[in-house]
Amino acid sequence: MADFVSDTDTLIRYREDEPVDHAAVTVDSFLDQSNASAVRVEPGDDARELIPHLDRLALVEVNFPAFGDGRGYSSARLLREAGYKGELRAVGDVLVDQVAYMRRCGFDAFEPDAALNEEDLETALSRWPEVYQPAADSRTPIWAKRHA
Amino acid sequence: MRILTGNDLKTGAVTWWTGSDWSLHVEDAVDVTGSEDEIARREESARRVNAPYAIDATMDEGSPRPSHIKDRVRAIGPTVRPDLTLKPADPDIGNWVI
Amino acid sequence: MYKYDSYDQQMVDARVEEFRDQARRRLEGKLTEDQFKPLRLMNGLYLQLHAYMLRVAIPYGTLDSRQMHALADIADKYDRGYGHFTTRQNIQYNWIKLEDAPDILADLAKVEMHAIQTSGNCIRNISSDHFAGAAADEVVDPRPYAELLRQWSSFHPEFSYLPRKFKIAVIASDTDRAAMRLHDIGIQIVEQDGELGAAFYVGGGMGRTPMIAPCINPFVPLDQLVTYAEACLRVYNRHGRRDNKYKARIKILVHEMGAEEYTRQVEAEFAHLLEQGVEPPFAELERIRTFFEDPLFEADLPAEIDRSDPDFALWVDRNTVAHKAEGYVSAVISLKPVGGIPGDATAEQMHLMADLARDYSFDELRVMHTQNIVLPHVRKADLHALWTALDQAGLGSPNLDTVEDIIACPGLDYCSLANARSIPVAQQISERFAANGKTEALGQLKLKISGCINACGHHHAGHIGILGVDKKGVENYQLLLGGSEAEDVSLAKITGPGFDEAGIVDAVETAADVYLRERQDGERFLDTYRRIGMTPFKEALYG
Repeated sequence: MADFVSDTDTLIRYREDEPVDHAAVTVDSFLDQSNASAVRVEPGDDARELIPHLDRLALVEVNFPAFGDGRGYSSARLLREAGYKGELRAVGDVLVDQVAYMRRCGFDAFEPDAALNEEDLETALSRWPEVYQPAADSRTPIWAKRHA
Repeated sequence: MRILTGNDLKTGAVTWWTGSDWSLHVEDAVDVTGSEDEIARREESARRVNAPYAIDATMDEGSPRPSHIKDRVRAIGPTVRPDLTLKPADPDIGNWVI
Repeated sequence: MYKYDSYDQQMVDARVEEFRDQARRRLEGKLTEDQFKPLRLMNGLYLQLHAYMLRVAIPYGTLDSRQMHALADIADKYDRGYGHFTTRQNIQYNWIKLEDAPDILADLAKVEMHAIQTSGNCIRNISSDHFAGAAADEVVDPRPYAELLRQWSSFHPEFSYLPRKFKIAVIASDTDRAAMRLHDIGIQIVEQDGELGAAFYVGGGMGRTPMIAPCINPFVPLDQLVTYAEACLRVYNRHGRRDNKYKARIKILVHEMGAEEYTRQVEAEFAHLLEQGVEPPFAELERIRTFFEDPLFEADLPAEIDRSDPDFALWVDRNTVAHKAEGYVSAVISLKPVGGIPGDATAEQMHLMADLARDYSFDELRVMHTQNIVLPHVRKADLHALWTALDQAGLGSPNLDTVEDIIACPGLDYCSLANARSIPVAQQISERFAANGKTEALGQLKLKISGCINACGHHHAGHIGILGVDKKGVENYQLLLGGSEAEDVSLAKITGPGFDEAGIVDAVETAADVYLRERQDGERFLDTYRRIGMTPFKEALYG
């Protein structure tokens, strides 16, 4: 169940831990300094540069300046593939019709520019009874069920 | 002159701004020079039209004729299926379009 | 043919409900057109020149009579009694209402069909060889691999907001009947030392910057096919250009990065993904293959055809193709009647083709990328009855691969992107050659017409190509020569200044006459052009 953090804030988290209390820094700043635990990945950034430092990251924000720019889906998935367990937050132009795929790519928090309708969000996230592919979530693909 | 066109949101039908409403017939279109953006914004946000845009037109025998061939095809229908156009019985409609 | 199991059906049904909800939110104003557009496009719904247009997927071009009947019913119930078969083996309806679209998708789902990802910046319908499973020259039926990829690419969470659309074709013979190397990814199933594998060609395409795909890996083992495709797509999704819509296709990435560097990145990603368990088990491919086993062909059928009716004999010569089983042929139903609209079929014609498939072709039909229909497995003994029924319905044109068998995009008559009309040009050319009697002498002559630079009509790949352009508000047509979409793939070159509508028809005839004058024994138009070059054609056209 989503945790709607407050009325004014659009942040939705699917995690039990406390949110990081300081702002995320850019990938360049993060790689230059050792004390930040939150980083913001822009579409053009290479998320793989973060992989050697995953153990000191608690929050990765992946920015979607425009919902049609899908690079963030790959950034999220390859961080999860590398073993990142911290918060992965989609921020920016995040719309309710994109969140189901974002969850599948490993996002467990959303901070959209415009608040999501709670009912529409629940509908979207419960939409798919099955999935055709394995991804960064724990869902079992159809082919695995067929050959269980 | 400038006339305003778009599509009906539900049906997709091509429509033209008449000054008070939207019509299927380009003959009903009125000059909107100067106010096209304001009308388009208002009508689109009220969902009375989808994807409106203004085009150039000239008066031709008392009714507007879009300046570009694409908008003339849009106004009437496919030239290769006269039976499906808005003027299936008009033998000269091809000359108006092309 | 592939049959949905309860999983496939649930997914398609869920998609219908998702779109019903999205359409409702749009009609209620909760979604703006900008937000709704990518959602409707991923369900095949465009806003076209006259109305909404719905593109329905026909995966790898294969369908049965029940599905063809359903397509006909949709044409009658929700459209204006006809549909248009496309160069990607799909069907389009031109007069759809948004408020009806969810019900249409529900009707399609009842017959295991959908419009999923037939538009939008995602992986589109997978196309294939229209003679798959029937062709004498294939190493294996390519369709199981296409179906495997269909399932992998459907609702792919990482690859639904790609830089641009993404088209995949799968073939399994050295003869290319699917324009494989003009796709974003072309896959050829090949046999090497008794093992099957997949050759990957990446970065082909037509459009404003036509490119022939280079081979980036000649042999991917079949139990790594999906993983390799995933690697190709991930490199593209991360690095494909997003700053300019016209440079966003993978062909530009492969070209700018270089095929070698692109391949290196794919191989690195592939090595990584092999550890991620994204590949279905081989048993899944085996499961899919069982749906594509040969129908029960009869043995000892007569090989001879009674050719006493000359009209029938001409149709047999032109429109039937050798089959792997003795006593059978694949029969092509031409959707190119002289003066007609290429690729259009009425609901009545669709119903008839469905019935004929049931009666004469093991209940199977195929859509060709050349906008015709195939009955893949017809007994030679049934051909006369088949032809008689087709001929009575206006479907018996004996013109496969001739100058009358023109590919044409919908053009300015229907398409909001078009700069010029394509269909009237196709109509006039087929009428011209039918009247002057040169069709037979010209033999194989692939003529392809696009109404704008996006090249839906494959003009780059025509032996003769025509490109419609807008010249100061007037339609103008450029002539191109020397293209091929087949295994001898090449890109056509522009002859010179364009022509008006009447002029382009004359120009095509002039080019055809140069061929008739210059050809040597056995040469096709394309062969002669390649031998003598552009100059004699230019002299005749502009001299």
